Amino acid sequence: MTFWQRNQLRIAPFYFLAPGLMLFLIYVIYPIIDSIWVSFHEWNGMSKDLLKADGTPKNWKWVGFGNYIDLFQDEDFYVAFFNNVRWLILSLLVIPLGLALALFLNQDFKGMRYIKSLFYFPFVINLVVVGLIFAWFYNPKYGLLGQAFSGLGLKPIPILSDELYATYGIIFASFWPSIAYTMIIYITGLTGINREMIEAGRIDGASGFKMLWHIILPQLKPATLIAVVVTIVGALRSFDLIAIMTAGGPWGSTKVLAYKMYEEALFNFRMGYGAAVATILFLLMDIYIAYFLYNLFKNERGAK
Amino acid sequence: MFPTPIQKASLKINITYKVLLIITLVLWLLPLIAVMMTSVRTSGDILKGNYWTVPTEFALIENYGTVFKLGNLARYFFNSLVITLPTVLGTIVLSSMTGYTLAVHRFKLNFLVFAMFIAGNFIPFQILMIPVRHLTINLGMYDTYWGLIVFHIAFQTGFCTFFLRNFIKELPFELIESARADGATEWTIYRKIIIPLTLPAIAALAVLEFTFIWNDYFWCLILSQSEGTKPITLGLQTLQGQWMSSWNIVSAGSVVAALPPVIMFFTMQKHFIQGLTFGAVKG
Repeated sequence: MTFWQRNQLRIAPFYFLAPGLMLFLIYVIYPIIDSIWVSFHEWNGMSKDLLKADGTPKNWKWVGFGNYIDLFQDEDFYVAFFNNVRWLILSLLVIPLGLALALFLNQDFKGMRYIKSLFYFPFVINLVVVGLIFAWFYNPKYGLLGQAFSGLGLKPIPILSDELYATYGIIFASFWPSIAYTMIIYITGLTGINREMIEAGRIDGASGFKMLWHIILPQLKPATLIAVVVTIVGALRSFDLIAIMTAGGPWGSTKVLAYKMYEEALFNFRMGYGAAVATILFLLMDIYIAYFLYNLFKNERGAK
Repeated sequence: MFPTPIQKASLKINITYKVLLIITLVLWLLPLIAVMMTSVRTSGDILKGNYWTVPTEFALIENYGTVFKLGNLARYFFNSLVITLPTVLGTIVLSSMTGYTLAVHRFKLNFLVFAMFIAGNFIPFQILMIPVRHLTINLGMYDTYWGLIVFHIAFQTGFCTFFLRNFIKELPFELIESARADGATEWTIYRKIIIPLTLPAIAALAVLEFTFIWNDYFWCLILSQSEGTKPITLGLQTLQGQWMSSWNIVSAGSVVAALPPVIMFFTMQKHFIQGLTFGAVKG
């Protein structure tokens, strides 16, 4: 036996992991660390090596927690932060709504399979299309909403150009694909339900909500966990619809942290400041990542 | 089954259910129906404000012709394909390797590496934005297909590794052991045993990844800008800028942009759902 053959099992992980792990380290892990590092600097995105006459870098300066201090005094930051909170809280509605729709659709007769897949559609359509559709729907002059208002003899509200309503308008648009997603998760969850327990419940006289609460929901726990994680991550990541429907406006009222970061870095050339926003968003998300990994770790231990 | 199968209920309830089902479906897809109807309307119809009536005249060929010819849509569509297909392939090759070794081999950092791949799925894109953009510029890949492809492969490898590792872990381990006893190398086992058995999971992932990458908007915004590289999500937005109130043209563009994932989804529905709800049943 050659050395290679004898040590195969020990060597194998390295070459199987190498390509994927290397790319992941370069494009995901390193950038996280780099972003945090950038957040302690003032940087306009230009070359870091260019020096001024006194020998200090021209475009790159250490400012410690300066960016974070600025951030906490920036009114815009609070607008974005509370918009994220709105997204988060309202998005949670998607879970019961998806469950309700899943229960409504959980029937089995000829053709039902196709009807179900038509219900899944909004999830596979890209958010640019969703954003355009809803922007049009809200348009006070041409949109269906505006026409409905006029039809009722009311003055149409320009949802997306009204500071009060714009964020809610975008969140509502996001419901369409998100409900489709949670519904898919629950429909699959429902097919895995233990039939005997349902029968036993029926014999005990449980039905409707009682059955749902005591017998069905406990069994749907894994589905609910996935739905919660997906919804929360989605709410904190919300960016596409905002960029498409309002570009953060009117007057910055629909910005969320993700959008503010993008704007500071790419339009105001404040990389350090943008990185600080991203770091805060990252820390918020870490809470959920930790929770998810903890759950997973517990399950792995349990399985052994 | 819960709720009670409708077949067991009275005829009246059956009919009510089916009528409600159709109404819900129409309401649910109303935005899409409107877009499809608008995409065949004439400009005259649009000017008159006939948005929600049956089109008086059909302009299917004109509208779709316009988006393809003047709106450069064919180019965006092509760009999207050139970015999406290699990404899906690359991601699956890399993650089937990492997934295999994480599922089968024992080594010290196994769980740590696995946890890292999973955690990567949940991070906000913004924390990667500045460094990835600069890295791509420095590598000379900004505004090229490769810039987007390589980044997407790297990022998606996290999710796919998670998915495939768990799938491979469920395969009967005896198969691998007996192959080893016959003197097969780990590479042969991966190619001849693992890949064929993992095909259903790979199909599910391929459909899912196709949709993710095709629909990506954020990273195209960060890593591309010219007409020659821009994928269809970004192209559609450009189109909307050009044809501001020509809703029929914008709608035709939207239909084209939405079509590939929809077709993919319809033809490979079973795989798609499996991929999407992976873990929703088993936990």
